[in-house]
Amino acid sequence: MTQVQFDELEVGQVVATKTISFDRSTLVRYAGASGDFNPIHWNDTFAQSVGLDGVIAHGMLTMGSAVAVVEEWIGDQSRILDYQTRFSRPVAVPNPGEAHVEITATVGALDEQAQTARIDLNAVFDGARVLAKAQVVVSLAA
Amino acid sequence: MTQSSVNLDFVGREYPQTAPYQVGREKIAEFARAIGSTNPASFSLEAARGLGYPDVVAPTTFAVIVAQAAEAQYISDPEARVDFSRVVHADERFTYTRPIFAGDELVTVVHVDKILERAGLAMVTTRCEISALTEIGLEHVVTVTSTLAVRGEGN
Repeated sequence: MTQVQFDELEVGQVVATKTISFDRSTLVRYAGASGDFNPIHWNDTFAQSVGLDGVIAHGMLTMGSAVAVVEEWIGDQSRILDYQTRFSRPVAVPNPGEAHVEITATVGALDEQAQTARIDLNAVFDGARVLAKAQVVVSLAA
Repeated sequence: MTQSSVNLDFVGREYPQTAPYQVGREKIAEFARAIGSTNPASFSLEAARGLGYPDVVAPTTFAVIVAQAAEAQYISDPEARVDFSRVVHADERFTYTRPIFAGDELVTVVHVDKILERAGLAMVTTRCEISALTEIGLEHVVTVTSTLAVRGEGN
């Protein structure tokens, strides 16, 4: 794999895009893998009893799936220094069917002294952003 | 205005270090698969060693497994009055010193950093300091900061 070079990046440059798709089995698999068994992520009756229209994806599933595009692009997990997001809207997952979230990773800022880049993630579901201030700081030091 | 029921006395509280969480290769692969990761270094020891890692590497958000298990000390304490049926995840942050690898034995210290009340919502921020046990002591691995929004009664 070719190492990403700091000097080749520009603010505003799109470094990766991906469409991620969740169905109910994705949520069940994530519940098991993460240990987060909150029934709002697999039980419609429960989700409706707490005021939702139905089952929604774990925010952490969206957060983890979104950053995978940056992990693939940078190619070395030790270069990922910091990752944060706010959860601005839920992702409703139909049954049957799939929810599609469009991910775009863009260079948000460059720090020449630290040799780091801030990659901003945009995650759009049903025409609206589901992650806010989703930022990944990556090290590009030689 | 409705008041949230969250117990404000818990601000500043620090919990005792957790028992070690043993990071397994299969758990890393299972988590990576669950988030749609295709990073070979999470699945193949050979690929991981090719990058100079001691073992397969965990995806960025893997630390949430360790953090959420540790936070349960606080969240599930009835005295804390965090009603989980009224909780929405507001934000999350991971700040790494180094990646998590299979074979790590991770211990966590949970801090309740702040509880802000506004308009019947309580914003509860916890911080998990996660370190690896080594022969020479604790090595910091990652800080996980998480905020839950807890709706008050009647909201």
